[in-house]
Amino acid sequence: MTFLLQLVISGFANGMVYALVAIGLVIILKCSEAFNIAQGHFVMIGGYLGYTYLVEFGFPIWASLLLAIATAVIMGLVIERLTLRPLVGQPILAVIMMTIALSVVLEGLATLIWGGEYKSYHGVLPAVTLQLGELSVPSETTIMIIVSIIAVAVLMLLYRYTKSGLAMRATADDIQVVQSVGIRVTTVYALSWVIASVVGVIGGILLGGISGVMVSLSAVGIKAFAVVLLGGANSLKGAIVAGIILGVLENVSAGYLDPYLPAGNLATVFPFVVMLFVLVVRPYGLFGQVRIERI
Amino acid sequence: MDLPCGTFSENYAQDMGILRTKSQWITLIAFLVLLFACPLFFSDRMLTILTIIGITIISVLGLSILNGYCGQISIGHAGFMAVGAYASGVLCAKLGWSFWAALPCAALAAGAVGLIFGLPSLKIKGFYLVMATIAAQFIIVWLILQLRSITGGADGLAVPRPSIGNFVFRSKSSYFYLVMIITCLGTFLAQNIIRTRAGRAFVAIRDNDLAAEVMGINLWAHKLLAFFIGCVYAGVAGSLLVHYVAYATLDQFPFMNSVWYLGMLIVGGMGNTTGAILGVVSLKLLDELVIIVGPMLSSFGAPPQAAASLGLIMRGLVIIIFLIFEPRGLVHRWERVKAYFRLWPFAYRSNERG
Repeated sequence: MTFLLQLVISGFANGMVYALVAIGLVIILKCSEAFNIAQGHFVMIGGYLGYTYLVEFGFPIWASLLLAIATAVIMGLVIERLTLRPLVGQPILAVIMMTIALSVVLEGLATLIWGGEYKSYHGVLPAVTLQLGELSVPSETTIMIIVSIIAVAVLMLLYRYTKSGLAMRATADDIQVVQSVGIRVTTVYALSWVIASVVGVIGGILLGGISGVMVSLSAVGIKAFAVVLLGGANSLKGAIVAGIILGVLENVSAGYLDPYLPAGNLATVFPFVVMLFVLVVRPYGLFGQVRIERI
Repeated sequence: MDLPCGTFSENYAQDMGILRTKSQWITLIAFLVLLFACPLFFSDRMLTILTIIGITIISVLGLSILNGYCGQISIGHAGFMAVGAYASGVLCAKLGWSFWAALPCAALAAGAVGLIFGLPSLKIKGFYLVMATIAAQFIIVWLILQLRSITGGADGLAVPRPSIGNFVFRSKSSYFYLVMIITCLGTFLAQNIIRTRAGRAFVAIRDNDLAAEVMGINLWAHKLLAFFIGCVYAGVAGSLLVHYVAYATLDQFPFMNSVWYLGMLIVGGMGNTTGAILGVVSLKLLDELVIIVGPMLSSFGAPPQAAASLGLIMRGLVIIIFLIFEPRGLVHRWERVKAYFRLWPFAYRSNERG
């Protein structure tokens, strides 16, 4: 029982981070109908930024988070302006290939700057222990849960109650109407990329604290894709629910089934199995809108 | 196809011909003669590069049919290559089949797996399909790892070189001939597949699948057929690759290769057989350039990882630059150059083909 609870809690913490990263994907998808394959690479960059600010510069966690967010804002703006803006109105394959190319370039830059090596900042984060009955939650997991819940809440509030949030929701609804009432769609696109890059970087810092950072941390992006598909491509609520579901399921199934598989490592393919299942059975996900296509 | 002035089609066979003018025939024959004379004056290293380019061309031709013509984006092509590679590797190494029997079986195995992962394409498209094919890549690799007793798992599998009677394709030049013959046949076949009824249906599905369905094209059959053909090409390429290296490991089929194959299509020009070949050749040569230039960087005081990152950054930047400045690829640029010189010295613009 304790084993199960332990798996559920660490799965929940992972799931919240997946949800956070997936929200970045959903927001871009809603606003500009671009699918950001490079989302996982934002996470990887976030992990390396966390290492740089926490270990190399020795800043406290709050200052590191703020600095990383500032870096992420600049990164999002630059990426949107240089690579995605010229592709407005191009076919979907061009946009997908652009984000793939972007992910390759980000991976190259990370290799160049941080050497692509394994970096760890385990134990640098402040010690917060949480005691729930007989199981104790490690401090990284606690921080992960707290920070990701705050970040998700802030994002949801931004999206619901601010003017930019309103502009984003309107853009998701109907671009032509938005343009006709004088909202700059390009600003909304830029904002959505900034949000995606910020949530990616926050997720990276949190995950890096647990597992350390290396180039393969970008695989988290693939889990976020599964989350988006499961939750429904245009639903923020769906992303959160699906993130938690996927995180818990993945952890529990890997915890119980891995000993029985010859090469183990179920967690690496689990998101793909979920993805394929959802795509075949319910392509619009749990909360997604069913789209009717017309010629 | 733009033809020179004064080329008229007088009967149906002429109208359908791929090669219409004398100069086209001469160019083709000269090219083939030069190609097959390569082992006479190239070193083994150059032959290795050319052989790998040939194998990649086979694989990318399949992707070109699937993606460029039928519009079904696949980022799992390296995974399908792995299926073909391991199918033929296991048949030859464990069951002692000859390469010539294993190659078609490998192609069919890859095609069958492609059919399975093509099934979601009936319901979904665009980035959903991208996700499904990425899933294919990772699930295939995971399954090969799990079936350790058959495939050797992470240790890999030693694969024999193909042979006819007592002659074994052991030297670089003999394997070069084998690969080039298959590549030429594959190119010829690909160019003809897209001129058949099914090929025209593929183009219709790419341009608008709903409209295609309304016109009476069976979407189900044709999307799956496109997946099958594309993956058969991948299977042949995978099989040729492992028999060349004489060893099958999963490192030969990384996810990056799947992405890179799509990049080759974009650089060469989507929806064009020549484009696929141009893309493969130019990007493979770029890779070789990086391999040569990379180590030189450290002598200019660059950190040791610069060589590794240079390759990645170059690859990404090339795709980004092509997407922004020449989305129709090198083949479109080449058509423009030809049109310019055909009209030279007059500045009339030829009517551009879409």
